[in-house]
Amino acid sequence: MSERTERLSVRKTYKLFIGGAFPRSESGRSYVVTSSKGDFIANAARASRKDARDAVSAARKAFPGWSGATAYNRGQILYRIAEMLEGRRAQFVAEITAVGGVGAKQAGEMVDAAVDRLVWYAGWSDKIGAVLGSANPVAGPYFNLSSPEPTGVVAVVAPQGPLLGLVSVIAPVIVTGNTCVVVACERAPLPAITLAEVLATSDLPGGVVNILTGSAAEIAPWLAGHMDVNGIDLTGADAELAVTCEELAAENLKRVLRPPVDRVDWLADPGIERMTAFLETKTVWHPIGV
Amino acid sequence: MFEYAPAPESRDIVDIRPSYGLFINGEWVEPQGEERHKTVNPATEEVLAEVAWAGEADVDRAVQAAAKAFPVWSAMPGAERAKYLFRIARIIQERARELAVLETLDNGKPIRESRDVDLPLVAAHFFYYAGWADKLAYAGFGPDPRPLGVAGQVIPWNFPLLMLAWKIAPALACGNTVVLKPAETTPLTALAFADICRQADLPPGVVNIVTGAGGTGAALVNHPGVDKVAFTGSTEVGRLIARSLAGTRKKLTLELGGKAANIVFDDAPLDQAVEGIVNGIFFNQGHVCCAGSRLLVQESIAADLLEALKRRLGTLRLGDPLDKNTDIGAINSAEQLAKIRELSEAGEAEGAERWSPACPIPDRGYWFPPTLFTGVAQSHRIAREEIFGPVLSVLTFRTPAEAVEKANNTPYGLSAGVWTEKASLMLWMASRLRAGVVWSNTFNRFDPASPFGGFKESGYGREGGRHGLEGYLAL
Amino acid sequence: MTTPLAEVASSPSTLRAFLHGLPGVDRVGADARAAMLGTRSIKTTAKKQAIDMAIRMVDLTTLEGADTPGKVRAMCAKAVRPDPGDSSVPPVAAVCVYPDLVATAVEALAGSGVKVASVATSFPSGRSSLEVKVAETSLAVAAGAAEIDMVIDRGAFLAGDYLKVYEEIVATKEACGRAGGAQGGRRAGGAQGGQGAHLKVILETGELATYDNVRRASWLAMIAGADFIKTSTGKVSPAATLPVTLVMLEAVRDFLAATGRKVGVKPAGGIRTTKDAIKYLVLVNETAGPDWLDPDWFRLGASSLLNDLLMQRQKMATGRYAGPDYFTLD
Repeated sequence: MSERTERLSVRKTYKLFIGGAFPRSESGRSYVVTSSKGDFIANAARASRKDARDAVSAARKAFPGWSGATAYNRGQILYRIAEMLEGRRAQFVAEITAVGGVGAKQAGEMVDAAVDRLVWYAGWSDKIGAVLGSANPVAGPYFNLSSPEPTGVVAVVAPQGPLLGLVSVIAPVIVTGNTCVVVACERAPLPAITLAEVLATSDLPGGVVNILTGSAAEIAPWLAGHMDVNGIDLTGADAELAVTCEELAAENLKRVLRPPVDRVDWLADPGIERMTAFLETKTVWHPIGV
Repeated sequence: MFEYAPAPESRDIVDIRPSYGLFINGEWVEPQGEERHKTVNPATEEVLAEVAWAGEADVDRAVQAAAKAFPVWSAMPGAERAKYLFRIARIIQERARELAVLETLDNGKPIRESRDVDLPLVAAHFFYYAGWADKLAYAGFGPDPRPLGVAGQVIPWNFPLLMLAWKIAPALACGNTVVLKPAETTPLTALAFADICRQADLPPGVVNIVTGAGGTGAALVNHPGVDKVAFTGSTEVGRLIARSLAGTRKKLTLELGGKAANIVFDDAPLDQAVEGIVNGIFFNQGHVCCAGSRLLVQESIAADLLEALKRRLGTLRLGDPLDKNTDIGAINSAEQLAKIRELSEAGEAEGAERWSPACPIPDRGYWFPPTLFTGVAQSHRIAREEIFGPVLSVLTFRTPAEAVEKANNTPYGLSAGVWTEKASLMLWMASRLRAGVVWSNTFNRFDPASPFGGFKESGYGREGGRHGLEGYLAL
Repeated sequence: MTTPLAEVASSPSTLRAFLHGLPGVDRVGADARAAMLGTRSIKTTAKKQAIDMAIRMVDLTTLEGADTPGKVRAMCAKAVRPDPGDSSVPPVAAVCVYPDLVATAVEALAGSGVKVASVATSFPSGRSSLEVKVAETSLAVAAGAAEIDMVIDRGAFLAGDYLKVYEEIVATKEACGRAGGAQGGRRAGGAQGGQGAHLKVILETGELATYDNVRRASWLAMIAGADFIKTSTGKVSPAATLPVTLVMLEAVRDFLAATGRKVGVKPAGGIRTTKDAIKYLVLVNETAGPDWLDPDWFRLGASSLLNDLLMQRQKMATGRYAGPDYFTLD
């Protein structure tokens, strides 16, 4: 027997997720992700404004197909994401604990909650229309129907924290047919990219979710000011960034979901507000008569 | 030849005071500043009255009155709030003729429209939301939906009293109190509404009306005591408001501009399509955010449709808005007339062909003949910018997909029209048009039960229907 | 004679393809347009003008099983001189009677300029053989009817047998021309300029049920040679309505543009008040155009309407509201 040496680990390169592919940042930049103790964990791509632009293009390109898919199909795909996430439970637990701050048990609970959250939203796909839509009894011989429709391309500044918050902001945006560009938590981007790997293998069409890692303060304003973005979720933005982004968002009247006043309990019942924030109501009139 | 003799509605029914103060805390009060503004009849340029221009201090006073009234009003049982709103609705019905004449005098719209469209809808809107006031727990916003507080509301001049109703009725039904600023060129029906609030014994401060221009509006929406801002008007101003509210917790709903496509397929019911096109762009002189200002007609029937449309335009009756047979009234202001002229000239300069029927224009007042432009390209300004006047741009398309593409090729997304007898095509189109309201085989229909509002730069939030409550409730 | 668009009736399929190729009519939109025109306010001089115009357009009608020569003579007297106390009141356009009373009416109206119209073709149901219908038409024309108000075979129309409907109209039209030798026939005015009796084709729109059918039946009748298209027999409810008349006015307007031939329109049944009559005139004015505002091109089939027109006329002249005792019941 030869002398046993410790095996050199193969480190993973964490890249961006744009249009279903995993490119490096066009800028070539990356940054070091460390544990709470300061140990090196991995390099993550530091996305640039051009990556953000490319991600918006990918999201726009994916919008007609995704919004035009049947609600049943979208629900199936969200459920598939939940299945795939469940299958990678151990990896997520490892990544979450590596960043530090939580133990394995708590990390496991968060992954479970993220899976359950996806399942919960998956079921909404073909129900939200019935809950928010209405046949309106107008005073005239007209059929009048209101139904919710996706807003379009939504930028999402994901909250701090590794997975549950991230899933909790992505799922409500896409289940209704929007596509999105997500700026992941800067400090803990690895679960976000691993989530991207889950998404990439869950029958989710490329471009429906695009994930950028890096500095939200750097990228989010570009998304907020982008004229082909229809909405922005500022849940993860700090107060200063939120104001900057909301001001920029006014330029094309983006729908803005402001950051929460209080700390969010991601384990609580999320309600439907995250879906309604990025839904439009379309009302169709048609005469009734022979 | 059968000429209709003049049939003017009597203006004796209205009693316009020479001068108006501000309506704050249930009282008429004088503004702190000296500035006043004359409101004129756009059909004659006659001065109708002088109104106060509220400054920041006046707005503050109004917001404070609304804030003081809020605990009382919001704590009142919904059924009691409902009765106030029903009472207001009834008074509006009883005074409908007077209000219609006043609206026509101040705005320039034909009495036929203020009488048959605006006023019935105003009353209906109050009736509709009155009924919600004690049923909010069933509206789908949770078991105990709460009002927001003081609503600062700024409305435009195209449907002065109707826009007031769209703003005030849901706000009050949900338990909010209101400070409303009417448009500077059309304050009179809002001031008459202040009297109606008194007539209804509405508690003081629940509704406050402050007149003024953009500065007054800015003071209102930026006032820290305002919890909710609702604005209807131009996208330009909507943008400013959205920006100025960044970082606040004020809830904002915006109903802004539009450049709606009215799409006519070769199998359309043609005579009704012609009516729909006319109603789409010439209703209210085209001063309609959801006006069908772009006619997209399938190329195979374009010539026939245009001929029919021109023939129909020849029967439109432009003139004295108080005449019951007038179809096209006056342009609301000299400023708006200048804007319509400027864009129409741009249309000609860019190579589109301009056409108007023979149409005598009165000597005094602000007038613009019904106008259509053919040979318009998507790139022309008249196909992209909101003209807000009786000017129709005609474009053609070949396939449904092209129609959708052209219709959606705009930053706006308020409304659209589709004319076809084929139901599957209609539904296909309706699902692809990025617009908040799709009128199929009809146009410019409104109802308090039907949500109204836009996609994209046409704003956000809905007014009307159950959806209209959302903007006035804390979720 | 050559009928424009006659080639579309060369086979059942070409006729069907043509009629079903006409633009559809949206009921709600048509109703809304008619209602809007109904809000026109016709006052003072315009109202005066409209009342006299309406009187001159009336086809004063009696179509009862109980009709007698006496009744018809009385009505004819009224037709010529609607208001015995006011010679400025114009006579009506025509009287409309059953075929067996044509001779009575012709005699009573001799020299008056008021025309005699006869219903025919097994009015009101139209349920008889073509031979009977043609014979009835010929006899009425021979008796002096200047105008024939025929009914279409609604059963055939609703069964999709458009060619049968077409052929019956063509045959009736022929009978109008062939038998046209009596004095009444020569006096017929309008499009045919004295060539035989004038043919009004009653669509009985109340039985056609849809506005699409009204439009198709209008074109079918015009292609077959109708001089007038008429809404109703008065025996079916609903009879004339504003929106149905609107659809028919659109049809004659478009038929003129397509063929160069002008066809008249006659709403009949249920038009009882001056207010109603004026609404119809506004509809004509703003749909087909003022060219149709002439008894040669527009008629109102009515009976009680005339007295209301007279009462309104008197009110305008005297400023006092009129009472029914001052107008003759005939």
